[in-house]
Amino acid sequence: MRKLPRLIATCLLALAPITISYAEIEQFKIMAPANPGGGWDTIARTLGDALKANGQAKNVVVENKAGAGGTIGMAQFINNEKGNPNALLVAGAITVGAIETSKSPVNFSMVAPIARLMGEYDVVVVPEDSPYKTLTELMDAVKKDPGSVSFGGGSAGGVDHIIAGLMAEKVGVEGSKVNYIPFAGGGEGKAAILGGQVTAYLSGYGELADLITAKKVRALGVSSDKKIDGVDIPTMKEQGVDVVMANWRAVFGAPDITDEQKAALTKLVEEAVKSKTWQDKAKASQWTDMMMTGDDFKKFLEEEQKVTAETLKKLKIGG
Amino acid sequence: MDGLHDLFTVGFATALTYQNLLWALIGCTLGTAIGVLPGVGPAVTVALLLPVTQSIDPTGALIMLAGVYYGAMFGGSTTSILLNTPGEAGSIVSALEGNKMAKAGRGGPALSTAAIGSFVAGTIATLLLTLLAPIIANLTLKLGPVEMFALMVLTFAAVSAVLGNSPLKGVISLLIGLAIGLIGIEQQSGQARFTFGFAPLLDGIDIVVIAMGLFAIGETLYTATYENHLKAGVESLAGRFWMNKEEWKRSWKPWLRGTAIGFPFGTIPAGGTEMPTFLSYSAERKLAPPEVKEEFGKGAIEGVAGPEAANNAAVTGTLIPLLTLGIPTSATAAIMLAAFQQYNIAPGPLLFDTNPELVWGLIASLYIGNVMLLVLNLPLVGLWVQLLKVPRPLLYGGIVVLATMGAYALRQNWFDLLLLYIVGLMGFLMRRYEFPVVPLVVGLIVGPMAEKFFRRAMSINQGDLTVFLKHPVSLILLLITLAILIVPPLLKRRQALLKVS
Repeated sequence: MRKLPRLIATCLLALAPITISYAEIEQFKIMAPANPGGGWDTIARTLGDALKANGQAKNVVVENKAGAGGTIGMAQFINNEKGNPNALLVAGAITVGAIETSKSPVNFSMVAPIARLMGEYDVVVVPEDSPYKTLTELMDAVKKDPGSVSFGGGSAGGVDHIIAGLMAEKVGVEGSKVNYIPFAGGGEGKAAILGGQVTAYLSGYGELADLITAKKVRALGVSSDKKIDGVDIPTMKEQGVDVVMANWRAVFGAPDITDEQKAALTKLVEEAVKSKTWQDKAKASQWTDMMMTGDDFKKFLEEEQKVTAETLKKLKIGG
Repeated sequence: MDGLHDLFTVGFATALTYQNLLWALIGCTLGTAIGVLPGVGPAVTVALLLPVTQSIDPTGALIMLAGVYYGAMFGGSTTSILLNTPGEAGSIVSALEGNKMAKAGRGGPALSTAAIGSFVAGTIATLLLTLLAPIIANLTLKLGPVEMFALMVLTFAAVSAVLGNSPLKGVISLLIGLAIGLIGIEQQSGQARFTFGFAPLLDGIDIVVIAMGLFAIGETLYTATYENHLKAGVESLAGRFWMNKEEWKRSWKPWLRGTAIGFPFGTIPAGGTEMPTFLSYSAERKLAPPEVKEEFGKGAIEGVAGPEAANNAAVTGTLIPLLTLGIPTSATAAIMLAAFQQYNIAPGPLLFDTNPELVWGLIASLYIGNVMLLVLNLPLVGLWVQLLKVPRPLLYGGIVVLATMGAYALRQNWFDLLLLYIVGLMGFLMRRYEFPVVPLVVGLIVGPMAEKFFRRAMSINQGDLTVFLKHPVSLILLLITLAILIVPPLLKRRQALLKVS
């Protein structure tokens, strides 16, 4: 019955088009540079639903354009939406790495940073029967013989790989010595850690939460600054492995939009994120709120690009 | 027999409500329709339906999505067989013999054996899922990259039968496939290979584009060039709809063998549906009596019955790791996982305890869905076969349009269209100079997987090649491979010697 109020609203709109001063955008576009169903697509669609539910936009078109870590969709967004104040691109930590490794012709300087929305911290797990009870024990083994400890995780050069590299660097082992086994898609990777094919495995906490609760794997540390709310896993930092990094996701505006338009987009996104639609989804999907806008976000983005580029060089990925 | 008890007390009670039956029917119908359209696979469909299902209760939604998944596999063979346009990787093999049958006026029996084979395989696989899910799931976890690589070696040896009459041409075709498989970002190192700095190539080349280019476009070009003036006029290829007694007799064993090959592959992480279909095809070809062997390549019903059963059994198999461990082993399963998460339900070790109505309702609906799909698809066979009555120029024109749409639907990228036609031209030339195209497809599918597992095994075991002999499962697989390669030539020689003496 949610449709009824909207129906009434639409009728009113039709009756008195001139008196309505509420700025409802006719057509809003969101580019999800991935196939339907993935993380970026979920964000794009949830954001779109929130904009519609709030009455901020009448129609929201989510465009899917998968490929090359999101850089193909990004390139299309840059080419097609130049100067369009009603368009957003979803991107994130993965894109930062993909731009580096794929020598992409497009990069973040060509779009307008609007807001970092949410993210997920990584968790390191080992099989339940693993001899390693703490992160310190695991990293000691890495120190002794890096090759003997295999780390599974997402694609090469992605957030999981970078975290694994940084962990090694923090205990004095060269990042490129880490025996990292990339898995495409979470399924194969999860099977590998459950079957004990790899020594340890890195992934977003949400993805492994169920296996951790069911005691199928043992969590050794999370990559957040402080403990995640309601999750009793020590951080890497408090165990002497000073790595804080998240798989964050953000939205960007089209090239060549004015500062006023940027401000309007920022406000639009801030309001959408407050909506029940977004909040419900965030809760259900265990997203960590990482809202950050304006200059803070710009600064964060620059720092993130620097760290990623340096780490990738150390890991000898791409380039 | 706990499984059976839960299935009947909880499962069917849930699945047999009017509402859930309706969702299953909608899912199956939708899935069949989608399966018929090339390029629009079940993964994308399930993904697009996710937001729609948000307002339905979780059990109903998942029953519907499972129906879509199943239905797409049933429907996928239709275009593959009738029009030579395999819309997804699992139905590539069905095009080999199926399309030849259709051209010989046996499209009806080909579609029927595909539908009934899918039903038989789906039902047996669901039964195995009911009884053995947790046991199987834990067993397959023991299969690591070492075992998987040995399995790839076995696959290569087993499908060598598809090389065709000229081993040289077959190997050239295989090597082209392997070379195409190298394009894109190498997973282990993150390095781009053979992309020439061109972004659309970074993710590699989709197997469906290659298959549709080689089969649909190549075939159309060939027919337009060489067969056009031979058979003038409208010629009805519709033929009979039903399978005759002999076709039933020739189908039931391949159905069972296909199920036995397909099901385990589905349960293995990274097993997929392509390999079991190819394995089933080569198994049928090898096991066929001499007079049937002749028929392979010209439309042998075994070559449709086996792979179709294998495909469906594998699809059901993927539900085992998904439900018991929360591990998706195919793109569609991954999106089903997202559907579970949408309702705050985490598939995995706890699911059977926390949501028994949902799991058993879903499993029960698989039995029902299978029957529904059979009832839905068999009468449709008659309708589909009418397609072949379309005059050939129009039919082939339509095939080109369908293939083009399908290739574009994959990524909405113009580059895939260009690729489709380049591959089509290549397929035409290969056909003209009598190079078999199947080895190319095999190379493209198995090559990259074999490389991935080899590199992974080497990385984990720090370059120790002897691991392949140290792991018992991999040792057994390699010994079987050796036997496949050595025994038949030896037997042949022995027979020759006996004849001489």
